[in-house]
Amino acid sequence: MPKKDRMSGNEAVAYAIKQVNPDVMPAFPITPSTEIPQLVSTYIANGQMDTEFIPVESEHSSMSATIGAEAAGARSLTATSSCGLALMWEELLLAASNRMPCVLALVNRTLSGPININCDHSDSMGARDTGWIQIYAEDNQEAYDNFIQAYPIAEDKNVHLPVMICQDGFITSHAVQNIELLDDDTVKDFVGTYEPEEFLLNPGKPVAVGPYSVSNYAMEAKKNQELAMENSKEVILRVAGEFERVSGRSYGFFEEYRTGDADYIMLIMGSAAGTAKQACDDLRDKGMKVGVLKLRVFRPFPAKEIAKALSGCKCVAIMDRCECYNGNGGPLSMEVCAALFKYNAGIKAVSYMYGLAGRDFTVEHVYDIFDEIDAAIKNGKEIEQYQYIGLRK
Amino acid sequence: MEQGLEIRWHGRGGQGAKTAALLLADVAFKTGANVQGFPEYGPERMGAPITAYNRICRDRIRVHSNIYTPDLVVVVDETLLHSVDVTAGLKEDGAVIINTPKKPEEITGLLNGYKGKVYTVDAKRISIDTLGKNFPNSPMLAAAVAVSGVMDREAFINEMRSSYEHKFAKKPEVIEGNMKALNMTFEELEPFLDKASA
Repeated sequence: MPKKDRMSGNEAVAYAIKQVNPDVMPAFPITPSTEIPQLVSTYIANGQMDTEFIPVESEHSSMSATIGAEAAGARSLTATSSCGLALMWEELLLAASNRMPCVLALVNRTLSGPININCDHSDSMGARDTGWIQIYAEDNQEAYDNFIQAYPIAEDKNVHLPVMICQDGFITSHAVQNIELLDDDTVKDFVGTYEPEEFLLNPGKPVAVGPYSVSNYAMEAKKNQELAMENSKEVILRVAGEFERVSGRSYGFFEEYRTGDADYIMLIMGSAAGTAKQACDDLRDKGMKVGVLKLRVFRPFPAKEIAKALSGCKCVAIMDRCECYNGNGGPLSMEVCAALFKYNAGIKAVSYMYGLAGRDFTVEHVYDIFDEIDAAIKNGKEIEQYQYIGLRK
Repeated sequence: MEQGLEIRWHGRGGQGAKTAALLLADVAFKTGANVQGFPEYGPERMGAPITAYNRICRDRIRVHSNIYTPDLVVVVDETLLHSVDVTAGLKEDGAVIINTPKKPEEITGLLNGYKGKVYTVDAKRISIDTLGKNFPNSPMLAAAVAVSGVMDREAFINEMRSSYEHKFAKKPEVIEGNMKALNMTFEELEPFLDKASA
């Protein structure tokens, strides 16, 4: 029987880790994800799970040890935030290119500078091209649900890629909210036993992990890795379907909220999507036809599906919570605009920057954005691109 | 939502305002409500002004922003009145509760012309009388429940007892003091509460 409870996002992910009971968790603490390894090590100390917890001296080491354990045939994970993820940079690429199906519980926090502990997506967006699958959560429930789906996606024979489960630092990681928890046996059955086909500690079938590859072969390895990312799309949807059967909660690449007949759609990720949905309901009550497309899966990037989902509207507001200093807009806006062009969506798109380093994002901001778009479309005017929301004047 | 209750807590780092907000979310959850309890983090240090928030409502809460037009403001440290605009955005039909030995009429001058209800609780005295130390968050939590009417006194007291028994499993000697602090706060506030709105 599912259990109704209340937990913070960090508590929810730690609880999911307890239920999955992976083999090895190396970790190094960093705000705001510190509670995850702290709670997991408490569960272990209390005998509630038997994961091997390895306290290491840095995030470079935590990801290295995660890869090492995974290569040895153990289901492995770590957790981190911000500069911790940045310090893992080289290893993130090794985890993906060596096709390690490990999991990283990321609690999104801005990267320096100025030094700041609050949420934006610059850490995971910085790692967007490292070959990891990236799944984002709106709240504690989704962070919990996404974590439970992580290993079945990662370990699928056609995928074999690492998965990053992202949630917004403090905004969901430290907010206590209602949650529905699956029972331990349901989670155990859903995740199953890890049976790696090839692993280092298997004397019957020796393998090499991470050897040098000459130019004659290296490009094929990269293409195979790319194909695995393409394959993961089907697996992500299949696992979501299986998850719906045990939980009653439905997931896909994205959630389409009141978009069917919408003139204007806001495309947004993470906790701010909840705020946008509330604002959307308020504006619908006033007769404005607006909707929200909440992107859940950023890697693989569902370009064709996004273009199709947006093709019926007049204009999309693309919301980036990460500055990438290209002088042209955030990473989400770049990729969505490319998808709209490639698949001939024929709609207008406006990019906005919001919530950097924890700047609050409110329902009023959403009203203002939709009002601005509505006025411009009705008057045939262009909308100023690449605006910062809630910036001090 | 949006007929829910929104509460903003003002305290200083180390006084337990965040813990009080999380405890309120905890007890309200047990009444079957949808809850949110979250702190606003800055460079945390003892004594620095901090803010924490609660949303309590019937439906699942989707808004993840801070609270700008609260129904209730709880001020855990009176000295904040000189540096923080605690009643900013507070609804006129709402209320503010302040930890101070003064009477409400002695303190309204520091509330930037706020016209709604003002309650005062001498949480320091209650805490010292019942716990022997200044832990103002238990009395202020009781005051928030009493003034908001989010749940009745008996249900709150019962939930808090089980919550404290869990939290202080290794320090059972502090449970009775905390229970006394909660009850004493209710007794001191009840004569001032507007029964019609509770």
